[in-house]
Amino acid sequence: MNISKNSKLRNFHQAKWDEEVIFELNTSGERGILVPEVEPEIKALVGDGLSVIPENMLREDPPALPEVAQMRVLKHFLRLSQQNLGADLNIDIGQGTCTVKYNPKINEVLAASPRAYALHPAQAESTVQGALQIMYELDLFLREVSGLDRFTLQPSSGSHAILTMASIIRKYHETRGEGSQRDEIITTIFSHPSGAAAAAVKGYKIINVYYDKTGLPDIEALKKAVSKRTAALIITNPEDTGIYNPKIADFTRLVHEAGGLCGYDQANANGILGITRAREAGFDLCFFNLHKTFGTPHGCGGPASAGLGVTRELVDYLPVPLVEFDGKRYFLNWNVPHTIGKVRSFYGAFPVILKAYAWIMSLGGRGLKEVANIAVLNNNYLLKKITAIKGATSPFKAGKHRIEQVRYSWEELYKETGVTTHNIAYRLADFGFHLWSSHHPFLVPQPFTIEPTESYSKEELDEYLDGLRHVAEEARVEPETVKTAPHRSVVHKIDESTFDDPQKWAITWRAYLKKYGKPSK
Amino acid sequence: MDQKKKFIHPYIPNSVPSVKEKMLREVGVQNIDDLYEDIPEGLRLKTDLKLPEPKLSELELKRHVMKILDRNRSCEETVSFLGGGCAHHYVPAICDEITHRAEFLTAYAGEPYEDAGRFQALFEYESLMAELLDFDVVNVPTYDWGQAASTAIRMSGRITKRSKVLIADTISPDRLAIIKNYCHPVMKAELVRHHPETGHINLEDLCSKMAAEVAAVYFENPSYLGFIETQGQEVADIAHANGSLSVVGVDPISLGVLKPPSQYGADIACGDIQGLGNHMYYGGSLGGFIATRDEEKFVMEYPSRLFGITRTAVEGEWGFGDVAYSRTSFDRREKGKEFVGTAAALHGISAAVYLSLMGPRGMRELGQHIVQKTLYASKKMSGIKNVKLRFQSTPFKELVVDFSQTGKSAAEINRHLLDKGIFGGKDLSVEFSGLRDCALYCFTEMVTQADIDRLVRVLKDHLG
Repeated sequence: MNISKNSKLRNFHQAKWDEEVIFELNTSGERGILVPEVEPEIKALVGDGLSVIPENMLREDPPALPEVAQMRVLKHFLRLSQQNLGADLNIDIGQGTCTVKYNPKINEVLAASPRAYALHPAQAESTVQGALQIMYELDLFLREVSGLDRFTLQPSSGSHAILTMASIIRKYHETRGEGSQRDEIITTIFSHPSGAAAAAVKGYKIINVYYDKTGLPDIEALKKAVSKRTAALIITNPEDTGIYNPKIADFTRLVHEAGGLCGYDQANANGILGITRAREAGFDLCFFNLHKTFGTPHGCGGPASAGLGVTRELVDYLPVPLVEFDGKRYFLNWNVPHTIGKVRSFYGAFPVILKAYAWIMSLGGRGLKEVANIAVLNNNYLLKKITAIKGATSPFKAGKHRIEQVRYSWEELYKETGVTTHNIAYRLADFGFHLWSSHHPFLVPQPFTIEPTESYSKEELDEYLDGLRHVAEEARVEPETVKTAPHRSVVHKIDESTFDDPQKWAITWRAYLKKYGKPSK
Repeated sequence: MDQKKKFIHPYIPNSVPSVKEKMLREVGVQNIDDLYEDIPEGLRLKTDLKLPEPKLSELELKRHVMKILDRNRSCEETVSFLGGGCAHHYVPAICDEITHRAEFLTAYAGEPYEDAGRFQALFEYESLMAELLDFDVVNVPTYDWGQAASTAIRMSGRITKRSKVLIADTISPDRLAIIKNYCHPVMKAELVRHHPETGHINLEDLCSKMAAEVAAVYFENPSYLGFIETQGQEVADIAHANGSLSVVGVDPISLGVLKPPSQYGADIACGDIQGLGNHMYYGGSLGGFIATRDEEKFVMEYPSRLFGITRTAVEGEWGFGDVAYSRTSFDRREKGKEFVGTAAALHGISAAVYLSLMGPRGMRELGQHIVQKTLYASKKMSGIKNVKLRFQSTPFKELVVDFSQTGKSAAEINRHLLDKGIFGGKDLSVEFSGLRDCALYCFTEMVTQADIDRLVRVLKDHLG
């Protein structure tokens, strides 16, 4: 279907190099980089080094890594990078729940300082005062944003923070002699899958509270779920629907009355910075994803970092070490009475921590609130426009506003045309857009989740809207074009039939060669 | 924003008043507060967040942060002998070039179409690691070695339906703390003693602790304390005879010269990719790998993403995607295997670039270089009066240096070295009660003979 004259949609085509797999570039004898030889005196004293290695531990066959000259390696990975859309290039609002916002370049410059990247974690504290200061002050910032009393920066993602929360919750109840009695964690079905999964790793039975007809977690279901077995509630608010639960303080009260703790997954905090906090809603623990809300890049899926905060009563359970300041110097405190121990080696993802620190320092308190305000304005602008697209709906709470994102549905369009949300997502790739569906299970049929953040201009939001409109219309007039998409992305319809068959899946190149033989070019 | 100075923050385009008003009109509200109708008054923050005054211009921000960073002393300006799970290795220029590419740096969770590049790069990461490890399955990286070991152990528990792991007591204490927390209360950990002279696992102690509930034996090779364990096959045989698995943690930078765990009976290998093209970042740029054979019973227990290669509708075109997605918590929440989410993908891409550059010869030469440096240092350091090497077995890149007979504590010695511009080895006194006033010295390609000679000279002068 032709792009309409008034549309802002681009006549896009993604880079497609038809690039080989790196192993196909092998030419025996080529070198990508040379390693320095040891000094002659060393060689004279200790020989080749290999003869001392115990015979049964000396590698006989060298690893079958490809041999590729330097420029070709560079070109290979540059081409792969061009075959990837990053937020810097597209209008990355189609990955709801993930807060894909602008990642300021200055923060990359800061992190590229040798005084950031060339630090070893076991250096004397006197030589890392700057690193410790940044960690300590970020803790102070997060305390203010949440109202809680102390943060650890050790968790390496949101899911990891949930694992850490569940570990603290378990240790807390064990210390009070209720460890085995309190064996249930309650979460909601619209909270992130890790809210349930990471808590289950700690041996908890999971109770998923479903939603009522307004899309909010059902308070009656919560009342039935809480008991003497309740260890904690772990909940998102707003949930992935973008709806803020106004009864949240009742939720935390009910759980507290039953003797449980309340953990707040603040992955969805971008719309409520400076508006409302974990403390006032009654939470004992909370965490922020620094790689989402606080502007650090997602790196294709990490490195990430979560700041996990607790109330005063739970500080003694945090992982060690904590960063302290005595008024003169910063230091690591390993003496935390009931500590759960560790959840990550050393102290946390320092490059992410540094960039998040710089992001907050660039915005300040009023800036953070402006981030939330504009993220919410952008979202409600899109909500108004998307629900005006024939075939798209926003289940629950019709006509009301949402916080920072919305889980929409293409169900009506699907019923009309047979085109699925995945078909639409792949067709949008032809215009340089990404559209994500939803976490599983798909409670909203044919779902898609959009979170515009504060970063994109109205012009850009309009361009994305034109993309949605175009594809929805195309689903009616040329459904085959949508169903067979993408056509102008990097690759065409992928044969997914091999991925669930142990005889056919190939998770590495060597496994592919074993199962399929050498490919002919 | 700041009431004194009206301005538009460069990160927030729609703050422009005319745009904001237009959008509010479209939405049909008077002001932005009206959009927060669901948040009860009682939960609303009445005052502004009390954060420091922002550094609004990029220049001021840069000055502010760089001034703080200037309070650090880096391993580029001070010679460092620190290791122990994070080491100063050379990062090729092309690794930084690729990981700084905006397309990779700022991408997240696109589909295998518009994000084909990251799927392929991470598939290649898995494939390159698989050659190094001589295993057919490797995961998309998890957080770090500690997480990888923890998951490998939990995988063993599920595969064998058993609930205990035996762990060689020379393990990194940091890692042990991670494993213990991650396993509690589902699995228990018990330590296996080592031989004091060699550091090697005490096989008698291992055998005596073998029991019906043992899911796996876990040890590290080269160990945290630097020595090469030579009894890998014996350990695996003992484990297998008991129906248990052998899980081995390994420093991948050693695998150009050392046998990979798969070649001495390991069922699962794990470790960290920091040394493969990733800067140290104060221990903040780690990435954990897990590797196994390509058997369904192993593959279906991974919690991580596993990217596979396949074909597309167009002949000759490669496509990539998630293998056995139904294992994951993304698909099945608490019924999936452990959990999955954002972890350390970009570090995996850097490792892929690194291994592509190094090739088989580069890994061999680097391994050899590290062994030579370590041997040189061991000869020189053991020549210092009253300084001993703790273990008589062959080291790979780290040495436990025993200062307990010098009359000076390891901490005091490190303070002196710092005064002389040297980061001495990590003091092990706190971590191991049996290694009082011992320090773990690490020798990578980043230290020169002159650096080692100076270290020895300073130590000799100081210790008389």
